[in-house]
Amino acid sequence: MARTLFDKVWDAHVVERLPDGTCVLYIDRHLVHEVTSPQAFEGLRMAGRKLRRPDAHIAVVDHNVATSDRRLPIAEPESRLQVETLEANVAEFGMPYFPLLDERQGIVHIIGPEQGLSLPGMTIVCGDSHTSTHGAMGALAFGIGTSEVEHVMATQTLLQRPAKNFLVEVNGALPVGCTAKDIVLAIIGKIGTAGGTGYVIEYAGDTIRALDMAGRMTVCNMSIEGGARAGMIAPDDVTFDYVRGKPFAPKGEALDRAIDYWKTLPADPGAVYDKHLAIDATTLAPMVTWGTNPEAVIAITGTVPNPAAEADEGKRAQLERMCEYMALTPGQKIADLPIDVVFIGSCTNGRIEDIRAAAAIAKGRHVAPGVRALVVAGSGLVKAQAESEGLDKILLDAGFEWREPGCSMCLGMNPDKLTPGQRSASTSNRNFEGRQGPGGRTHLVSPAMAAAAAVTGRLVDVREMN
Amino acid sequence: MQPFTTLTGVAAPLPLANVDTDKIIPARFLKTIKRSGLGVHLFDTLRFDETGAERPDFVLNQEPYRHAEILIAHENFGCGSSREHAPWALLDFGIRCVIAPDFADIFHTNTFKNGILPIKLPREICDQLMDDAKLGGNARITVDLAAQEVVRPNGERIKFEIDPFRKHLLLNGLDDIGQTLQHTPAIDDYEARQRAEKSWMPDISVG
Repeated sequence: MARTLFDKVWDAHVVERLPDGTCVLYIDRHLVHEVTSPQAFEGLRMAGRKLRRPDAHIAVVDHNVATSDRRLPIAEPESRLQVETLEANVAEFGMPYFPLLDERQGIVHIIGPEQGLSLPGMTIVCGDSHTSTHGAMGALAFGIGTSEVEHVMATQTLLQRPAKNFLVEVNGALPVGCTAKDIVLAIIGKIGTAGGTGYVIEYAGDTIRALDMAGRMTVCNMSIEGGARAGMIAPDDVTFDYVRGKPFAPKGEALDRAIDYWKTLPADPGAVYDKHLAIDATTLAPMVTWGTNPEAVIAITGTVPNPAAEADEGKRAQLERMCEYMALTPGQKIADLPIDVVFIGSCTNGRIEDIRAAAAIAKGRHVAPGVRALVVAGSGLVKAQAESEGLDKILLDAGFEWREPGCSMCLGMNPDKLTPGQRSASTSNRNFEGRQGPGGRTHLVSPAMAAAAAVTGRLVDVREMN
Repeated sequence: MQPFTTLTGVAAPLPLANVDTDKIIPARFLKTIKRSGLGVHLFDTLRFDETGAERPDFVLNQEPYRHAEILIAHENFGCGSSREHAPWALLDFGIRCVIAPDFADIFHTNTFKNGILPIKLPREICDQLMDDAKLGGNARITVDLAAQEVVRPNGERIKFEIDPFRKHLLLNGLDDIGQTLQHTPAIDDYEARQRAEKSWMPDISVG
């Protein structure tokens, strides 16, 4: 029977199928960070259990860490305790770990692919919903809760039922000014925040094939914002070229054997999907969210929707609440809205390609008066690469802050937060109420759009900058 | 894990769709290394104002809903992050059952691991239960997991579906890890086979 990419990776990891259809699914890679792991380690300790396979895990601190001087201790006691707890746990349980001052430290979803730890055909999990990012490699990668983190630590498996297959095909040349971020925001706008619930999305079509790995990761990263636990892209030469030479990737003859296997992973002709969506990329424009979930998204040329036009009472109330929280008026155009803060970074857009895109807009310009603009590289290696290209200097000269790697203002667990009422243009992935700090108002955009907002002080169509 | 058999209690109506995990428990409260104690921060922004005072119009600040054990909500409950702090906060507050038309996948899995029963029922039935819940303390709702029934205050019994394996674990309060460890020989075999067939797959070792 013809199988999809998801079917093939799933089938290759089924240890046992239980009578009711639940599967014991083998997990190849487990990524660990400080926020969702302490209770899992504690659970192991209380039950007298060990890591079944220490060499299948990698731990890093990212959510709580300051993006300023790293040699100083973390100021907030609770954040410091969480980081110290992870350090004690990795030592006790023998888990591989990139310490804070290691250049390889960074956001867990940036460093997996960057280090060659995330490879095609693998099952990859992490106690973080943006684990979907690694699906860009052609892996099955999804977020899990802390109980499942403990389960993977103890058994190297998870109890799972197979998801349904959702094919999203994007075809056509991407217009100037549009990026992977605009593609995925447009997809979420179409399917809604629950459109992918119960599915794994496979992104296909010539527009997706034409994306580099960074763009593919941006798309897969936001699968969860459309409700899908995982997003996947079939591995191809772009993937294989990316993997080649990465520190933990197979080398030489082993890589050849791996590629032979990876080439068998794309869906068979005639494979059946349970749900389909087709997107014509030529019709896209740079996107911006106006409301408080990623489905509330419009083109930068658009206007804030009128809740009164919504027939369903519950949805109408939600749209009204969004307008109120975001301090927007129905029918108001989104462009020209003044912003206070710009955040460029996160597991969605914290790769070198994203920083290059921001620097290209920043070059020769200056951050608008009264605007604070942060650039937070996704990892120490991304930061070093950017510095070797002189991007830090361009950004600093333009008045941007150039900070140390971490999750930072994506969720404000460290000191980088919005204050109540502040409005941000952010390259992160969630615009929920209070996500970037209590009372903060988030507009999700691409890195180029964020940089354009920084230098103009307002939401602006990046196509007007050229 | 505490078994879930039957529950009779106050149900709190929360007529909101897309209740995300940042709403259930904001990120600033995730800096704990424990599972317990998060109930005081459940729905923090909805429950408390900027000064930390209760917002009197929020359902869980009203009697009898301060003692709610069941929550009734609209579509896509628990969307967003994978934080298990969301079910931990619900449980710590005293909520053992959430009824909604549907749930986000990761949250749905996380509830089961903590002895919380998520029940999916069609929107129109959730709306009926929401109306029941609005009647307050005299309108207690019963959930019978073994029978897979929700019993309305008027005695009407509503069937719900649940995955048989998850039902078994919940009814008996079984730890998943203990269940899976019974399959250790099969996991050993799988690993041996994988090491032979996918010998290109590197182990992680950090110098």
